[in-house]
Amino acid sequence: MSRDAARRDAKPMRPTMALLRKDLLLERRAPESIPAMVLFSITTFVLFHFGLGRDEVDGSLAAGVLLVTILFAAILGINRLFVAEHEEGGFDAVLMAPIDRTALFLAKGTALFLFLTLVEVVAVPAFAILLLGPSPWHGLPALIVTLALVNLALSSVGALVAALAIRTRSRDLIVPIVTLPLLVPALIAAARACAPLLAAHGDAWPAAKWLLMLGLYDLVFGLLAYAVFDFLLED
Amino acid sequence: MADAPAIELTGVGRRYGERWALRDATVTVPAGATLVIFGPNGAGKSTLLRVLATLLRPHTGTASVLGEELPRREWAVRGKVGLLAHDALLYRDLSARENLRFHARLHKLGEERAEQLLEATRLLPRADDPVRTLSRGLLQRVAVCRAVLHDPPLLLLDEPRANLDPAAAELIEPLIGRESGRTRVITSHDPVGGLAEADLALGLRNGSQALLGPTSEIDTAAVEALYR
Repeated sequence: MSRDAARRDAKPMRPTMALLRKDLLLERRAPESIPAMVLFSITTFVLFHFGLGRDEVDGSLAAGVLLVTILFAAILGINRLFVAEHEEGGFDAVLMAPIDRTALFLAKGTALFLFLTLVEVVAVPAFAILLLGPSPWHGLPALIVTLALVNLALSSVGALVAALAIRTRSRDLIVPIVTLPLLVPALIAAARACAPLLAAHGDAWPAAKWLLMLGLYDLVFGLLAYAVFDFLLED
Repeated sequence: MADAPAIELTGVGRRYGERWALRDATVTVPAGATLVIFGPNGAGKSTLLRVLATLLRPHTGTASVLGEELPRREWAVRGKVGLLAHDALLYRDLSARENLRFHARLHKLGEERAEQLLEATRLLPRADDPVRTLSRGLLQRVAVCRAVLHDPPLLLLDEPRANLDPAAAELIEPLIGRESGRTRVITSHDPVGGLAEADLALGLRNGSQALLGPTSEIDTAAVEALYR
């Protein structure tokens, strides 16, 4: 059987579901990533409140504060994405299993996407209460779509960089140093998309070009990460 | 014992940075046979096991495992090798049952295989406790279950009876002992027990091969000399 045929035979969805289920079970059993990300987000909003010396923000400033906070909270989650595998030795057993290794990328990316979504369910209302001036309701559907696209970008880049960093001694340094520059295009598009949604009397939907740019970023980095992930895990 | 070798290494070497952990390892292990590897700490035993497990790529020489050339066809070997390493390779916040079911799914096996092994190793009373709460001996039993879960034809065993009391060692014998019928590579620091258990012996010192031959032709003094 050729390697490609073997890979097709491997049916990545079943191992992906097994790996994802294991990650969610571990987070439920010993919650670490989600509480840390939520606490970090809320603390950062409070710091912005005092640091900016303002009771309220709106428009592009609000978009910047919200997205940069989510981005830094994601770094915490990315840093911990492979910790269970690394610290508990399970990584070797997974690498020896007869599975397509991209299943690991899909599982880790999906886990990070779910973690980020849960964090935002708490962090966005907290942001609206603590800092946001205008009512968030008029732009909420578009904000949810934009944040979902941002989460996709963070998940694909995050899973890729976490796999790259896991075998290095300076994982905590490599994750932010590599991840943040890679996410600049996504941050620009997301900030432009969110600005009118968080402005007083702003539009209910952003210009389509920013959502398209985010979608294109997700597609390109998602495919790129999927293509190179297997090689990153090679010795 | 079948004719085709399960393992064929010729001049295999592996380095970490500038330091060679393993140099010029050359050994052939027939299918169904047992190779015991002796050597002091840092001699290269675990490195050799990790090369055979496809977790490390050799930097020199040629390696063939179960008829597949490494690293070119390492994907074809995965799933056919069971590794019992120093680390248990288990998730400590999951129970023994959850760990084994997880690995069963990765190997496309039914959950009943996990139950069979839990029963065979008398772990059922503690099967739902997180493995971080288990003693070293119980943890080793779970690790043995994980290593043989997929019924691999090749077992790589790094001091497999460490932390086990005599009764527990007897319990896992059908799974990892000679009667399991698998090709086995075992690391050991026990010259008498290791030679009795194996067909071939390999001695390593500072990453180099210092001893090789059938166990019937090697005496314990030659093995003990590796540690001096």
